[in-house]
Amino acid sequence: MYWEGEKECINREALKQLQLERLQSTVLRVYMNVPFYRKKFDELRIDPDAFRSLGDLSKLPFTSKDDLRMSYPYGMFAVPLREVVRVQASSGTTGMPTAVGYTRNDIKNWSNLAARILVAGGVTQNDIVQIAFDYGLFTGALGLHYGAERVGASVIPISGVNTRRQVKIMQDFKTTALMCTPSYALSIADTIMEMGINVNSLSLKYGLFGAEPWSESMRHELQEKLKIVATDNYGLSEVMSPGVAGECSERNGLHINEDHFLVEVVDPETLEPLPEGKTGELVITTLTKEAFPVIRFRTRDLTSLITEPCSCGRTFIRMNKVMGRTDDMIKIRGITVFPSQIESVLFEIEGTEPHYQIILDRKAAVDELTVLVEVSESIFFDQVRKQKDFIERIKARLASELGISVEVKPVEKQTLERSGGKAKKVVDKRTL
Amino acid sequence: MLILKNVDIFYGKIHAIKRVSLHVNKGEIVTLIGSNGAGKTTLLRTISGLIRSTNGSLVFDNLDISKQSPDTIVKKGISHVPEGRLVFKPLNVEDNLLLGSFNWYSFKNRSEIKNDVEMIYSIFPILKKRKKQLAGTLSGGEQQMLAIGRALMARPKLLLLDEPSMGLAPIVIKEIFKYIVELRNTFGLTVLLVEQNARSALRIAHTGYVLETGRIILQGPAEDLLLNKDVQRAYLGRDVDYEI
Repeated sequence: MYWEGEKECINREALKQLQLERLQSTVLRVYMNVPFYRKKFDELRIDPDAFRSLGDLSKLPFTSKDDLRMSYPYGMFAVPLREVVRVQASSGTTGMPTAVGYTRNDIKNWSNLAARILVAGGVTQNDIVQIAFDYGLFTGALGLHYGAERVGASVIPISGVNTRRQVKIMQDFKTTALMCTPSYALSIADTIMEMGINVNSLSLKYGLFGAEPWSESMRHELQEKLKIVATDNYGLSEVMSPGVAGECSERNGLHINEDHFLVEVVDPETLEPLPEGKTGELVITTLTKEAFPVIRFRTRDLTSLITEPCSCGRTFIRMNKVMGRTDDMIKIRGITVFPSQIESVLFEIEGTEPHYQIILDRKAAVDELTVLVEVSESIFFDQVRKQKDFIERIKARLASELGISVEVKPVEKQTLERSGGKAKKVVDKRTL
Repeated sequence: MLILKNVDIFYGKIHAIKRVSLHVNKGEIVTLIGSNGAGKTTLLRTISGLIRSTNGSLVFDNLDISKQSPDTIVKKGISHVPEGRLVFKPLNVEDNLLLGSFNWYSFKNRSEIKNDVEMIYSIFPILKKRKKQLAGTLSGGEQQMLAIGRALMARPKLLLLDEPSMGLAPIVIKEIFKYIVELRNTFGLTVLLVEQNARSALRIAHTGYVLETGRIILQGPAEDLLLNKDVQRAYLGRDVDYEI
């Protein structure tokens, strides 16, 4: 089912014309109305009138999160404040927060795009939707809320209360669709079990999860434990969240709303655009936003694009589930390694606790990667032989998964540093 | 149906139209608004072949019309109602209408053409009343209807309407715009409407483009443009603080 079938299944030639028109006027408007862009364009001698093709996009400068931080709060707004009907902010976990704004038309578009994603995920006006994201300055909750209301579903704006209450509401109100982060959904699933409730007695059918990367195995677990169809959706407050992309029932990539967003995937180091299928940093240009347009915004999220047509009929290209953040990427001996890859191997092996640390060092001009992993007591204090085999097994699995050989050192529980619940995952001791 | 990509038009050294891209889908009313001198009429005259573009592509129904002559373009299905109406003043209403079918007139088609004229009369009954009157003696609104009727006689797929509201009283403008909507609803006519009267135009259009000194600075669903404060301020005359 589609929310805007004609637009979601638009002919790709017509889509390119639409994108060109919208990009041309967006570039003109940001040049005229946003001092930050006017300065940047002038510095690089870019003539906003000279845009003739979508390919010219690569001539434009990037916008980074730091650029937004420096313009906090209203520096990059393209319209006067009195036309801004909503202000929201990002969570600011990795530095100073950034503020975004929306005009009436922006809110209309946002609700519509969120509605597209909800419908792609299965939601109809007959659904009872529980939004367990925190309502507030964070855009996820309100974005989904307006989208769900647009679809006509019954919305329970429960926000992020404790999991027991979430479950009680789910039972009482007969929730059919749950929206939250996948890790929160897992906690809710565990709470359901703790409370001794049979999940089949609940009315849950769909889960729309996002705001953090999650793997296919996580999806299977959620679908199993909650008896739902779980889809991924993607957005970011600086661009639109939710609303940029969402999975259809095929669950094979997230369709990007290309009539409102132009996407590229670039090499995070060289910033060169990469051919489709290659993994790199997702870069987004908004085509229709009035209050807060952005040109080539670096999302720092890593993904790759799929251009093959999807059997659902939507002609928009898809992005793969986000692999991780660029900040997480490790480069060693010519190979790129993600903590998430190491994590998934460690999770599979019994005897390891879910706490690890990656140490990077250079010995005799050769880079080395050592994984410190906390192990349960039995492993640590048992016979030396068994321990050795155990370590060798982990090493072999990691070598085959990552493509390079690494060292593994078991450590006692609780020895690895924890800070505010999130352990420091990577320590890079290599000096340049 | 009509796709313009990066069209440049020069008047001598003056870069009148800069890299304009727009499209009109079949069955839609698309409006191009902008103030005096923005370049709207220039653009329409380029589409109908009266002016040559310097650069860019103009495609109508998959046919490149950037270098075609005006009469070929009429034959392909585009009819242009010019700014200022330009009815043939010394001729009567009926002759004006008959002339509109010039490109497909032949002895064999005479009765078909007569039927078309009757159809125009059924849309604009006032023209039937005045059919023997000289076009120059009609009121402004009647001349506008005649000009539209004349353009329809060419059996167009796409109608280019240049400032139909010009010089007309508000009550007459309302009527003309109602007719435009009727034409689209009844005959599936596609319309590219150029207007300085942004409010009336945006009220009947599906999509709008805003032209400012030769460039498109904004486009989108007409109702969004009506709500857009910049458009309101620049083209609708005042800050409208309520939802239209």
